[in-house]
Amino acid sequence: MDIQQNYFAFLGLPESYDIDLKSLAARYHELQKTLHPDRFAHLSDREKRLSVQYTAYLNEAVTTLKSPLGRAQYLLNLHGIDTISEASVQLEPAFLFEQMALREDLEDIKALPSPEEALDQFLDKVVQQLATYQKLFAEYYALGDVESLDRAAAVIRKMQFMVKLQKEIELVESELD
Amino acid sequence: MALLQIAEPGQSSLPHQHRLAVGIDLGTTNSLVASVRSGESTTLPDHDGRHLLPSVVRYVESGDAIVGSSAREFASSDAYNTIVSVKRLMGRGIKDVAAFGEVLPYEFEEDQGGMPFIKTVAGSKSPVEVSADILRVLVKRAEDTLQGELVGAVITVPAYFDDAQRQATKDAAILANIKVLRLLSEPTAAAVAYGLDQKDEGVILVYDLGGGTFDVSVLRLNKGVFEVLATGGDSALGGDDLDRALAEWLAIQADVTMTMTASLSRQLMEQAREAKEQLTSSDQAWVNLQLAGKEVSVTVSRSQFEELVSKLVDKTVRACKRVVRDAGIALDDVNDIVMVGGSTRVPLVRERVASLFGRPLHVDIDPDRVVAIGAAIQADVLAGNKPDSEMLLLDVIPLSLGLETMGGLVEKVIHRNTAIPVARAQEFTTYQDGQTAMAVHILQGERELVEDCRSLARFVLQGIPSMVAGAAKIRVTFQVDADGLLSVEAKELSTGVESSIQVKPSYGLSDTQIAEMLKASYSSAEEDKQKRLLREQKVDADRLIGALEQAMLTDGQALLTEGERSSLETEILVLKGVRNGSNAREIELGVEHLAKASDEFASRRMDLNIQRALQGHSIQEIEEIT
Repeated sequence: MDIQQNYFAFLGLPESYDIDLKSLAARYHELQKTLHPDRFAHLSDREKRLSVQYTAYLNEAVTTLKSPLGRAQYLLNLHGIDTISEASVQLEPAFLFEQMALREDLEDIKALPSPEEALDQFLDKVVQQLATYQKLFAEYYALGDVESLDRAAAVIRKMQFMVKLQKEIELVESELD
Repeated sequence: MALLQIAEPGQSSLPHQHRLAVGIDLGTTNSLVASVRSGESTTLPDHDGRHLLPSVVRYVESGDAIVGSSAREFASSDAYNTIVSVKRLMGRGIKDVAAFGEVLPYEFEEDQGGMPFIKTVAGSKSPVEVSADILRVLVKRAEDTLQGELVGAVITVPAYFDDAQRQATKDAAILANIKVLRLLSEPTAAAVAYGLDQKDEGVILVYDLGGGTFDVSVLRLNKGVFEVLATGGDSALGGDDLDRALAEWLAIQADVTMTMTASLSRQLMEQAREAKEQLTSSDQAWVNLQLAGKEVSVTVSRSQFEELVSKLVDKTVRACKRVVRDAGIALDDVNDIVMVGGSTRVPLVRERVASLFGRPLHVDIDPDRVVAIGAAIQADVLAGNKPDSEMLLLDVIPLSLGLETMGGLVEKVIHRNTAIPVARAQEFTTYQDGQTAMAVHILQGERELVEDCRSLARFVLQGIPSMVAGAAKIRVTFQVDADGLLSVEAKELSTGVESSIQVKPSYGLSDTQIAEMLKASYSSAEEDKQKRLLREQKVDADRLIGALEQAMLTDGQALLTEGERSSLETEILVLKGVRNGSNAREIELGVEHLAKASDEFASRRMDLNIQRALQGHSIQEIEEIT
């Protein structure tokens, strides 16, 4: 066992999009109790450094798998499809128009005198859309053939847009005060 | 094994030796030191029975630093040489200080790095040195009380402290010659103090209204593991602002027409603070001001005070809501609310917070001492005194870390609220043909533009082979350790040209500066320094030998071949020989050598531990995958 291995194997979880977040959290805590630098605070620097590396890997693994988008990208990466660093992507014009419209909505809401409630509703809408994409991804991914995986990758690209929008909304909210 | 009988007296690995460790709350207004004695964590008082050490340092002509209440007495009369609330200056540049929006009574001087040095009669002092002077007093107090040398300290920092502020705090500890077991966030320390780790699980919100800062954190507790889910607050809002609101009102009531001098402003603030304290238990407070020789009395009622600070308190309540949402939970999910900081004694604060959550608050432990008490509990665990403790405190980075890219934009590499330690790499490329160098500018903050984020450090990766634009691949790796401190490494992948930096924040002290200050602070002669160095190396050697012997005893049989075992045993004997000599450098090399020789064993143990941790419910799944 080493820290180059697959996140799922590292955490002892089956390789799937539908993961049980409770057991992910349980594994996370058990491994933290073993690996965290605080467990080595009174020991030698060498062991501390090693523990920092392992814990960093564990944190990275858990952060990736916990995030619906991160988990989707990671799974496709294991199948040789890189949706993380690809430079330009083709998306349907209809989807892009929809995205533009959503961003205009956000601008309009920002201009309201007290935008809190409208922002909350807008955020809910985005979160719901994201949930739909997640379901779609899970279906394509489970099929597993080349064509379905390509479709799954297309869903990820859409998810990326929505996640970015979600972050923007949260940023607007945090700047209200 | 014969080897194990060679344990020497005084060696740090002896199992039943209690190692002295303390928790230190290095606060804006007051600082404290606490330690676990006979199983109970308590703050340690000075000779006069005072637990709180005012975080005030006065420099006098002889060059001495006077710390605490005797320094605070001079806050008004000798304002230029008496440094108050130095924590607000930690890791900050001179421009940040100017932007505080209030006039500080000090004269600043900038060094090349833009770090503000305060001019005093004892010479220019950096905020790091001032903090180190406070730490020295606390450590001395602890060593006198506990009667022994400390193995280390847990020092608390506000959860939202950025890399520069954490680094400055750690540098202060280095200057004061304390081994930092961990920089711990204050809210986590407070939760530990309440013994909430004894509960099986739950969600805890810590509301910390300190002197100069306001901090909210949401933690999840699960079988001894505290995990910070989200943190937020306002680094420019604190109990001092409540005092200021009242001080401004007092000035109007007393008809102050004279120009606001540093000492008048201090007088008003001190009177306001006293009035605020009175108003926690009574409905009215009387204030007597000395204005140009004549005395003016003003009466302030609690409801008047509440009206003055109501907006500020509301601001903190909104911040609570936001952090709860960031944590991805609802207000109802919060099981425990812990109150920290002297200003949480203000009844209005308690009322508003309790009504937001509809629950009673934890206020039993003195809100001024609760952080230090929690820090001491963790220090006790980290020093190795409680091998069976399940408690583990996991932290997050409070602000995103990123790099400057074309057009003055910030590309985030690690997002805020990511669990630490963490390492993450991002690849970049050149934008011009034949480009052979690349400037790496590291920033911290949530905004998109470089100018809106905090600049942490810059360095240049040189020696990139000349290629067409976009052909070079430069990987920049960010690593944040468990204290939240960042180091960055850049590497050109086709040639392996490397450049790395332990991020020394733009407004921090350089390693050379620290070394010089350390040198200056030793009153001892060269010979003493050598002795000291030798002692430190011996401690290092003992620590390594002890840890290794313990490891071999537990896992040596299972993880090492006969040959490996005997070769390691020989190496240990060699280091023991060197350790008993008097050449510090030789011991240092010996330690490095043995550490390297035992590296593989250490990795195998780590892997074995992972397997053990996952055992029980997941063996089958692992087998299915591999």
